[in-house]
Amino acid sequence: MNAKTGPGVRERVSRGIGVSAPRVDGIPKVQGKFAFASDLWAEGMLWGHTVRSPYPHARVLSIDPSAALAAPGVKAVLTIDDVPGKRTFGLEFSDQPVLAEGKIRYTGEPVAVLAAETPEEARRAGDLVRVEYDVLPAVTDMVEALDPGAPRVHEFGNVLRHIHITHGDPDAEADVWVEGYSETAMQDNAPLGPEGGLAVPAEDGGVDLYVNTQWLHVDLQQIAPCLALPPEKVRITLAGMGGAFGSREDVHLQIHACMLALRTGRPVKMSFGREESFVAHKKRHPSRIWMRIGANRDGKLVNVLARMVIDGGAYASSSPAVIANATTFLAGPYEVPNARLEGTAVYSNNPPCGAMRGFGAPQTCFAGEALMDRLAGELGMDPVELRLRNALRTGSVLPTGQVIRGTAPARECLEACREIPEPPDEVATGRDAIEYPGGAGNVSRGENLRRGVGWALGYKNVAYSEGFDDSADARVTLFAATDGPVASIHTAAVECGQGLLTVLGQIAREELGVDEVVFEPHDTVGIGSAGSSSASRQTFMAGGAVQLACRGVRDELFERARQEAGVEGPLGLREGRVIDAEGRLVAFVNDLLDGGSVSKSAVHHHRRTQQFDEHGQGDIHVMFAFACERAVVEVDTDLGLVRVLQIAAAQDVGKALNPQAVYGQIEGGTAQGLGLAVMEEVRLEAGLIKNASFTDYLIPTILDVPPVESVLIEEPEPDVPFGAKGVGEASTIVSTAAVVAAIRDATGLPLNRAPVSPDDIVGLRAPADGGPEPPVPDVPWQVSIPELHGMGMGQQELMKAE
Amino acid sequence: MLVRLRVNGEEQEADVWPGASLLFMLREHLNLPGSKNACEQGECGSCSVWMDGDLVCSCLVLAAQAEGADVLTVEGLAAGGELHPVQQAFVDAGAVQCGFCTPGLVVAVADLLGENPDPDDPTIREALSGNLCRCTGYQKIIDAVHLAAARMSGAGAS
Repeated sequence: MNAKTGPGVRERVSRGIGVSAPRVDGIPKVQGKFAFASDLWAEGMLWGHTVRSPYPHARVLSIDPSAALAAPGVKAVLTIDDVPGKRTFGLEFSDQPVLAEGKIRYTGEPVAVLAAETPEEARRAGDLVRVEYDVLPAVTDMVEALDPGAPRVHEFGNVLRHIHITHGDPDAEADVWVEGYSETAMQDNAPLGPEGGLAVPAEDGGVDLYVNTQWLHVDLQQIAPCLALPPEKVRITLAGMGGAFGSREDVHLQIHACMLALRTGRPVKMSFGREESFVAHKKRHPSRIWMRIGANRDGKLVNVLARMVIDGGAYASSSPAVIANATTFLAGPYEVPNARLEGTAVYSNNPPCGAMRGFGAPQTCFAGEALMDRLAGELGMDPVELRLRNALRTGSVLPTGQVIRGTAPARECLEACREIPEPPDEVATGRDAIEYPGGAGNVSRGENLRRGVGWALGYKNVAYSEGFDDSADARVTLFAATDGPVASIHTAAVECGQGLLTVLGQIAREELGVDEVVFEPHDTVGIGSAGSSSASRQTFMAGGAVQLACRGVRDELFERARQEAGVEGPLGLREGRVIDAEGRLVAFVNDLLDGGSVSKSAVHHHRRTQQFDEHGQGDIHVMFAFACERAVVEVDTDLGLVRVLQIAAAQDVGKALNPQAVYGQIEGGTAQGLGLAVMEEVRLEAGLIKNASFTDYLIPTILDVPPVESVLIEEPEPDVPFGAKGVGEASTIVSTAAVVAAIRDATGLPLNRAPVSPDDIVGLRAPADGGPEPPVPDVPWQVSIPELHGMGMGQQELMKAE
Repeated sequence: MLVRLRVNGEEQEADVWPGASLLFMLREHLNLPGSKNACEQGECGSCSVWMDGDLVCSCLVLAAQAEGADVLTVEGLAAGGELHPVQQAFVDAGAVQCGFCTPGLVVAVADLLGENPDPDDPTIREALSGNLCRCTGYQKIIDAVHLAAARMSGAGAS
């Protein structure tokens, strides 16, 4: 395991890995003492406010800030001409203006920002900024955006990226074909904590920014050039994060708050309300998928032909990576010898979409699993048997030609899920009103209830793909202290709420045999990038970095112990002592530290992947996590209302480092997928979000989410720290598909659109009709189109190129 | 305008904009940011406090309406560094993830258990249906309610 010290001596460590150690931030959070981004405060601070476009597509003819500047309490009003440096930013392409520059591309696009003494003064002054627009025809439909005659969102056209994957012989014939079209809506990440930040001007001419973000260093690399400051003069510290789910991968208010602080010379706080949060952060892409699946009579899949379009909205964000991911998953978690998979991300005048939990995979699972059920029906097979017959396994070849090297317990997930007992039948009449579909608002009393069961199997890549080396840095310092040595962890890895810090602490305890672990602030000062807390990667990546750093510390201690005690052979660390293979004391760690400390840094890289070749072939992904869910629902067919009775879940986790937190990820991820299945839809009319509130955009309440009965499938992934896979996304991918499948089973309706609405069930709305499959756009495949037209690379891409 | 009230047992006053909510006054004038601002229109329950013993969304109460009231917030739920049994149960059951909904839920659960010391699942679900949580899927919150109920009844018996 370690060339320097030989195999370690491993003993059970209190609150080490594999146990449900309590959250490190649990107590302050229940006391209301945990400081979230919206709680930030500084002496003499101003409040920032953003003026946003009311039009989806327009030219900005003039901006007159004079009335706003003269308003009470206002200290600054800034427009694009006030941006000190680079005028655009973006994750993959630098295509988004810091503030509108000549042209508006979506409703809600920031046009000006201002700072005032109070939030009310700032809000009122915002109404006084006079902007003259020349409104342009907008394109707000993703398929229409592909029409060469459609309004152009960017000068080079509306195609953002087209992925083309061919595998085997896509013309191969099959005994049985099923085909279908499906749609999913735009979904809002809806973290409870809105975007917030505090920018404090510093004496050196720089700025200190406290903000909720998923990746501090990629923010830094976008912010500093816009401020025309060297990176060391922009110091970013993580502010308490009230959830993220992908929505904080993109820069939101960071540059604006810094500009206002630098201009006014005073701290500036920006804190979005819910409506602004809906408008300001990137969301899950709405999707349209046309698919055909061919199989032999014995149920073996022969061919999958799929065409997918997603709406990226006005700016690229992470859409190029989302469409790449999604297209690789279009054939589902199955062995398919032949396939042609086409995926297109388009620009439109809708609000930009980017990352949300699942990152393109939920949409493909929804489409594919519906056809798997239909195929089972055509073949007269049990839907679980059909999936078992085709499920991926270690050694399977994916449509990209990638061979699955690690664990792939798809069958185990199916079988474990099938073993979970279904909930007992309930008497239809005489229940408490809240136990009917629709709850207390339901006007029927169970006259026409139908029960249904639905299945979904899905999978997701862990960590970034396509050749990206998204490494993570960490430094671990071991201090001598009275009650035994204390480990201190410094990383820029972001705690979103998932429990990352708790797990990093468990890893340090496990590796160093210490009880006490503390954390330095998560910032960009004196520590390298940890990569993003997304893509189910951070426990794996930052956890790996902490493990490596701990082993550096351990090796140093062992070296000192060998010299001082004159021992040989394997050593271990336990409860502040260096021990030998028999568990005998060799030295006290405190003595070896001699009142000082040992500090080691480490960088953790995952194995290298490849980019797509011209046929969409390549070793694209690092590893995979699988999940199976079975939903049981009850549908009131008179009213079109659905009550989910139970979700059974079996998830491939590699190794559960903190089982309680893993179950929490499965349950929470399931709830978000359930939301997309039956209620969550960002409703757009001509590019305007019509339901930007929790009154009109419903997320599941405690009455909507049923018991989630979960089983963990633990088959450690080889060559990764502790064998642990990422656990954050797989449940979200499958639950939407499983719940809608159950509603289909209950009603016999085709239901090809998520979310399912009551109108779909009672026959007031026909199934979605995608029309003919749109042609493959006339652009080079695989490459992102803005790149061909000289669009500046985003910071994420620049890091990839390093 | 000047508002005088009692918060967590202490007399307080704040000079607020007449349109300010009780939530804003607590957070921005009285240095009590524990009550959270997730929707500010009464849909999410993150700002739940007691006003004269009634559970309210403090975002829906004008600061001026709280003149002379006795307000209890999450910060006042337990004395000193102690945890209320509901707070401890949330930690132990894994009912906390990002924690933004947690203060409101802790207050709502403490209110529920004050009314009903041993609620069943449907009662819990109905009582907490005004508190949104985006992280947990609610299962561990229900576990926390049962855990707190058991501990509180045990403490009452001893």
